[in-house]
Amino acid sequence: MTFEPRIVGFLCNWCAYAGADLAGVSRIAYPTNIRIVRLMCSGRVDPVFVLETLTNGADGVFVMGCHPADCHYIEGNLQAERKIKMLKKLIARTGLEPERLRLEWVSASEGGRFAELVKEFTDQIKALGPSPLAGEKPDPNILGDLLAAKATAGDFRLRVLVGREKGMIDDGNVYGEAVSQEEFDEVMDEAIAAEYVRNKIYFMVKKEPLSVKELSKRLDLDPRTVLRHIVVMRQRGWVAVDRIEGTSPLYTALEVGR
Amino acid sequence: MFICHCGINIGGVVNVPEVVKYAMTLPNVIYSEDNLYTCSSEGLSKIKEGIGKYNLNRIIVASCTPRTHEPLFRATCEEAGVNKYLFEMANIRDQCSWAHMHEPEKATEKAKDLIRMAVAKARLLKPQEEPEIEVAPSALVIGGGISGMTSALCLADQGFKVYLVEKEPELGGMLRHIHKLYPTMVDASEGLNKIVEAVKPNKNIEVWTSTVVKEVKGFIGNFDISFQKGNGETVNLRVGTIIVATGAEVFEPVGMYGYKKYDNVITQFKLEQLLKGGQLEKPERVVMIQCTGAREEKGRTYCSRICCMTALKNALLVKELYPETDVYILFRDLQTYGREYEEWHRMAQDRGVKFIKYALEKPPEVVAGHDGKLTVDVYHALLGERVQIESDLLVLSTPLVQHEDAKELSQMLKVPLGPDGFFFEAHVKLRPIDFATDGIYVCGTAHSPKDTAESVSQALGVASRAAIPMAVKRLRTEAITAMVDESLCSGCGTCVRICPYGAIEKDEKGVAKVTAVVCKGCGTCGASCPEKAISMRHFTDEQVIAQALAALGRAVA
Repeated sequence: MTFEPRIVGFLCNWCAYAGADLAGVSRIAYPTNIRIVRLMCSGRVDPVFVLETLTNGADGVFVMGCHPADCHYIEGNLQAERKIKMLKKLIARTGLEPERLRLEWVSASEGGRFAELVKEFTDQIKALGPSPLAGEKPDPNILGDLLAAKATAGDFRLRVLVGREKGMIDDGNVYGEAVSQEEFDEVMDEAIAAEYVRNKIYFMVKKEPLSVKELSKRLDLDPRTVLRHIVVMRQRGWVAVDRIEGTSPLYTALEVGR
Repeated sequence: MFICHCGINIGGVVNVPEVVKYAMTLPNVIYSEDNLYTCSSEGLSKIKEGIGKYNLNRIIVASCTPRTHEPLFRATCEEAGVNKYLFEMANIRDQCSWAHMHEPEKATEKAKDLIRMAVAKARLLKPQEEPEIEVAPSALVIGGGISGMTSALCLADQGFKVYLVEKEPELGGMLRHIHKLYPTMVDASEGLNKIVEAVKPNKNIEVWTSTVVKEVKGFIGNFDISFQKGNGETVNLRVGTIIVATGAEVFEPVGMYGYKKYDNVITQFKLEQLLKGGQLEKPERVVMIQCTGAREEKGRTYCSRICCMTALKNALLVKELYPETDVYILFRDLQTYGREYEEWHRMAQDRGVKFIKYALEKPPEVVAGHDGKLTVDVYHALLGERVQIESDLLVLSTPLVQHEDAKELSQMLKVPLGPDGFFFEAHVKLRPIDFATDGIYVCGTAHSPKDTAESVSQALGVASRAAIPMAVKRLRTEAITAMVDESLCSGCGTCVRICPYGAIEKDEKGVAKVTAVVCKGCGTCGASCPEKAISMRHFTDEQVIAQALAALGRAVA
């Protein structure tokens, strides 16, 4: 049987969803694979929605909003753009291909463009093959990656950064100092890397208490780096020492209400 | 569950009876039927019948797009006593049968999925209310120039109370300094005085000069405004709508082309005033430089729209006054748009006004000669060589720019300024005089450079826009709004910054508080809240995720 991808679309009501309607009204054929969730604005797309959908085995997620300057809510689409940019960087750290997520602008008059994009994305996903998380037996390692990514996208630090990115670059930081896109990206990349590893550690020690040495082996990271993360995680109340084995403490996860 | 054939539009592709059967297997679905046209009066009465017979508390119609038919089905639910927010639609026509008419089997499978997604969402739906607010039948007009006065008069004539606030000691704005108006060449003061004389005695208009707005709170229908009068006295009042008509000012080109260095380098605005006052002494040769400080690569990138016509008008007036005076206009592009203005270009050429095109990369240079004369050295783009023109009066056409204090006002009103500093409308084409925030409107040069006729058109436009909610008196606002879980909010303020409508503020406890009637329901705050303390009514995280996972045949874990 040929592979028929399952693609979930998150479309804004005013432009993209209307564009999808127009494709139908104009009888423009496109692959049947996409299932559309209608939202009022692409700005509503919480990074957690995307990761939850991918975790549950979607082969692709397609977010569509109004073209820049056309947003029904002024700039919800630009906020969506920041979120998808962050998500792609985050997904790139997992075992899943970031190409499974795509953002495009489609206006209410672009039925043809909508159909073209859906065809293109469906072909792209077909070329990638089924998601390792689809079906009855999802890849346990990648599933673990996605759980960590989902927790990362749900945590305070990345959400604050993404939420403030546009404001900081347009209007400067709280001290009124201008922040360039490059400076911001550097901070963001560092935060994504650190928070993702911390969440990986969190879920690993949630399964079984582990030492820094064991963690560094499993994560292929320098023990000092792992220790630094553990220190931060202890401060946040994410982990505690479970017991000491020989000379090394084994860490375990605490309930952090997520 | 009501599944529509839409004649053959759906039924000709999707196997509707099979889908009806499938729907019955879904959780919580207790009734499922197909209709030839669910939107027909027969179909609608079937919905009402079903609600009564099976005591339905969630209703799904699988048919066309909610963008056209949701209001109809919602109304039907309400008639049958079910809150309209407990209704959900599955779009199996526009996004299924029409697009996949050559793949009936796959279309049928997709229709089943779309229905399963609708069920997953519908199970979690909650009833919602649309708050109703009253609109105070009074307007605040900020700015007593031609635009502000025109809209004030128009609203007053419709019977609304208008408070007209002007920061200067007298009404009139920019037009007080203008000599003649193109294309009619009537005195600006003539038209202006008529309007001022109509405004002053009008019983519905209260004029406050030397007064500035100090504070604005509230939302459409209920804005609470504080003013400071010239004598220091503070006044508070409530209005239903606000019109921004604060105008613009002329850019002072300090440091350009010897301006402020040589006395005979003046702005076009100054020439206007000299002509108005009859104080222009006969010059031998006048050189005007267009686009001074406008249409630049950075900064003031925009065209100021009025300068070409103003230069032509004043060139002709100088020629009329002193026929022997040479007038040169150095321009980059002469934009005499529209019905009458190109005629003026020809007229100026006929009367001997000389035009030289220069390029942005090679602007003219000004060197002071002797006897108070200036030499303008310009690269003639058409001749391809430099030309020197001796002149005893250099006139710089500079753009209109936003007032310094506009930023303060924009923050007070929570309406945006564009990158060029002018007030920024809700939509450049479709809502050109509304702000995105309901109940606040913009007209005249506060919005962008424009001439008197254009300002007056906009002023009449905003009066009409502002009159709508005041005439209707009561408004229903959006039910799909943000809600904050106070116990989760850490007061970080991300939502306050992100909300494009200023609908969220921190309250006295330091937690986010949504003014529901200002919220438009985009949900960006919810998607961004670092503590996930904000959700959207009718599009909660749980509902959206349930719908997305249902597409994959999965339920929420």
